[in-house]
Amino acid sequence: MSELIELGLKESAELIRNRDISAVELTEACLERIDAHNESINAFITVASDKAMEMAKASDERVKEGRARLLEGVPLGIKDMFCTKDVLTTAASHILDNFVPPYESTVTANLWKQGAVLLGKTNLDEFAMGSSNETSYFGTSRNPWDTTRTPGGSSGGSAAAVADFMCPGSLGTDTGGSIRQPAAFSGIVGMKPTYGRCSRWGIVAFASSLDQAGPFARSVEDVALLFRGMSGHDPLDSTSADRPIENYDAGLDDLNIKGLRIGLPKEYFTDGIDPQVKAHIDVAIKNFEAQGAELVEISLPHTKYAVPTYYIVAPAEAASNLSRYDGMRFGLRIDGENLADTYTKTRSAGFGREVKRRIMTGNYTLSSGYYDAYYLKAQKVRQLIRQDFVDVFDKVDVILTPTTPTAAFKIGDRIDDPVTMYLNDIFTVATNLAGLPGISVPAGTIEEDGKTLPVGVQFIGKAFDEQRLLQVARAHEKMANFQMRNAA
Amino acid sequence: MSAYTIDGYEVVIGLEVHAQVNCNSKLFSGTSAAFGAEPNTQVNPIDLGMPGVLPVLNEAAVDAAIKTGLALNAEVNTLSVFARKNYFYPDLPKGYQISQFELPIIGKGEMQVDLSDGATKTIGITRLHLEEDAGKSVHDIGDDNSSHVDLNRAGVPLMEIVSEPDMRSPEEAGAYVTKLRSILRFIDVCDGNMEQGSMRCDANVSVRKIGATEFGTRCEIKNLNSIRNVMRAIEFEAKRQIDVIEDGGVIDQETRLYNADKNITRTMRSKEDAHDYRYFPDPDLLPVRLTGERITNIRENMPELPDDMKQRFMDQYSLSAYDASVLTQSKTSALYYERVVAEKRDPKLSANWVTVELFGALNNLGKDLEHSPVTPQDLGELIDLIQDGTISGKIAKQVFATMLETSQSPHDIVEEQGLKQISDTGAIEQVIDDIIAQNEDNVAKYRDGNERVFGFFVGQVMKATKGQANPQVVNELLKQKLAG
Repeated sequence: MSELIELGLKESAELIRNRDISAVELTEACLERIDAHNESINAFITVASDKAMEMAKASDERVKEGRARLLEGVPLGIKDMFCTKDVLTTAASHILDNFVPPYESTVTANLWKQGAVLLGKTNLDEFAMGSSNETSYFGTSRNPWDTTRTPGGSSGGSAAAVADFMCPGSLGTDTGGSIRQPAAFSGIVGMKPTYGRCSRWGIVAFASSLDQAGPFARSVEDVALLFRGMSGHDPLDSTSADRPIENYDAGLDDLNIKGLRIGLPKEYFTDGIDPQVKAHIDVAIKNFEAQGAELVEISLPHTKYAVPTYYIVAPAEAASNLSRYDGMRFGLRIDGENLADTYTKTRSAGFGREVKRRIMTGNYTLSSGYYDAYYLKAQKVRQLIRQDFVDVFDKVDVILTPTTPTAAFKIGDRIDDPVTMYLNDIFTVATNLAGLPGISVPAGTIEEDGKTLPVGVQFIGKAFDEQRLLQVARAHEKMANFQMRNAA
Repeated sequence: MSAYTIDGYEVVIGLEVHAQVNCNSKLFSGTSAAFGAEPNTQVNPIDLGMPGVLPVLNEAAVDAAIKTGLALNAEVNTLSVFARKNYFYPDLPKGYQISQFELPIIGKGEMQVDLSDGATKTIGITRLHLEEDAGKSVHDIGDDNSSHVDLNRAGVPLMEIVSEPDMRSPEEAGAYVTKLRSILRFIDVCDGNMEQGSMRCDANVSVRKIGATEFGTRCEIKNLNSIRNVMRAIEFEAKRQIDVIEDGGVIDQETRLYNADKNITRTMRSKEDAHDYRYFPDPDLLPVRLTGERITNIRENMPELPDDMKQRFMDQYSLSAYDASVLTQSKTSALYYERVVAEKRDPKLSANWVTVELFGALNNLGKDLEHSPVTPQDLGELIDLIQDGTISGKIAKQVFATMLETSQSPHDIVEEQGLKQISDTGAIEQVIDDIIAQNEDNVAKYRDGNERVFGFFVGQVMKATKGQANPQVVNELLKQKLAG
């Protein structure tokens, strides 16, 4: 049993295709694990046991008929931001009470077409607004390495589920670091693809110009395979990129590190980084250097504006995107004396504090008289941040940074201090503002308060250059001295 | 035309027209945009604003906007941006309307407006932008007097066409809407049906002392669902504003609602209650970039516009500006005329029959041209009968009256009722001879120089022939015979 849940994603698909194991037994093993651990980890909001078994059986049928597909029989946890047809979708918010979508997100639909199995819907910060999973209406998800700590956020449930061997892979969304930070905190691999790579159709919108779906798994190879299965152009999303999808999982080891130009942005190597984290990043850099990579110190001068810019752009879009939750057509509704009262009661009860904070911030910066000073200015700065990256990618092939300044922090430590919480995104938000792909890969572990905690290194690539990004991540993975925790 | 003034004030009017685009589907979803379906049957998750759904622009609506822009001699912007207009209302499912704000698809243009005295005036167009319609709210229905929402209309494509404050009288405003509607119908982008709401008009009205250079404070008048109401509402509103000013008051900038039954306007929303729409570019949609090729393509396939057609009617058919203008007021009437005048019929005679006889008759019957009992083919045939002398103009009117009633062909009516004109000189001579023989006293009077009795003889001949004698032949023969 523990052997089954420890299987990687690609390995599982191969074993199922070769009929060494069945999709049903793997799915059952995952469901048992969830059953045993979800109470403490709280990774899943909804466990779709019946649906999972039904899909697994269909997978096994296809295998028997010789029609196995790319991700045949692989059970996945899906962040509860993705609309799943006929399966409760919450965005971890009270406002979406009992919302069962009559449609399927494009990304999940792509995965089911490749034979993958829906295990359930994973926990997250409410509407993906948070960095610790603590804003979830369904309670915080916990880090399997130390359950007093956060698995990160907002895709914390997806990261915790994979780190706790509840599933070999999962989906997250990343608006300002919501895949990469939880991947780093949970000791797994998580990638935010280039903006436009994965369709946003059917993903509950947080900040439309920043949101991007991406994969989690315990290896770069598995992330590459999952990414291949989920991405692609979608005519239903006007911002989706019409670019070919490559066989990302093949040729991962083809990279010649000799001569690879790795950019080290000086703005990302500051005093604020935990020395134990910094030590692992230095090792990663030295490993590449030893293999002949060229290290280039670069500057991304507008980095210091990334967090403030992000916290203007994202809440502005969010305030507008969340206007549809008005109690009129679906989700929570609390009737009031009149229309305005119904709106007020419904939205006051339906949204949590952090979501309300962002709606208010967003509406403020979009208001007449403030628009130019905040929203418009932020858009201009965003352009400068984007240009910073364009400029350095003339000189380097990939950028290396820490994913986060620290390892996973304790639940409750930062939730009452939004600014400290926001600063946790310092190394990840610029990537979203620039629309670039980024990946977090485990760099090693540190000891803190007698606990072993993982640390992640981030690689940032050129737009649509996920192929090379994954190769670099893979190269690092082979060189890094990272020991995944045991399933037992 | 003398300027329209009220007690030393002039009126300044600008109009905002919302024209529903003739499209099969909504502006951002594939749902049908047809009018008149059961409530909430033409909706999909996009129209309902469900979580995670995304808009995809309907390119046919973009083409319609380009076409309209070209028809209004306006700048077509090769880059335009959709923006979100944020406000809460139950008929607005997303909590924002997707519209265009800073960068509309169509910029400045102008339109020639025909006034009743035959003059024309140029009215500036400020902009045209594309936006989605909201749903329809219905209040106080059922046992519990509840409010209901129909989202069939939510997302239907609209063009908002904004004029410069160039109009100075209710008549000019009426002429503007008439002309704009005509153009939209000519190029087939909107059916222009104001009663059904597929074309809606808001008027910005202000007044100022004659000679003043600054504009007065304006009020926006909503709910104008006919051209007549546009004119009446403006007239009322102008007088109201003048009364306020004359009484020493000031005009508050506000939105007012027109009540057609009472012919008054009343406050709907004051400036203090005005929404802050928090416009910003919609991140779900890419900026709209138009290629020169696309614009050229539409320009080359533009149907003839009313002004061009009017000029052509004047040139090709030698019609007066007035006749040409009446005939080209709608595409239907212009097409009707062109069918009548075909086969080398006399253009002026054809124009008279269409504009005077047919339009007059339809007006009396309360019918529009689409439902005319007389087809252009039949009217043309009637004109043939006049032109080849088969019937006189007078008999033609009699035949036409029957055509209106029975929709029979003029040939059949003439045959059935034996109305053929008698041009046979022998037959007419016979009648004249008889009459001369019976009226020797009048013959004598005529020969003594009393030419007035000539009319008596014509009358007698026509009476004897039941009006069917060719009047020209009668005249000539009578003159010969009476001369002796």
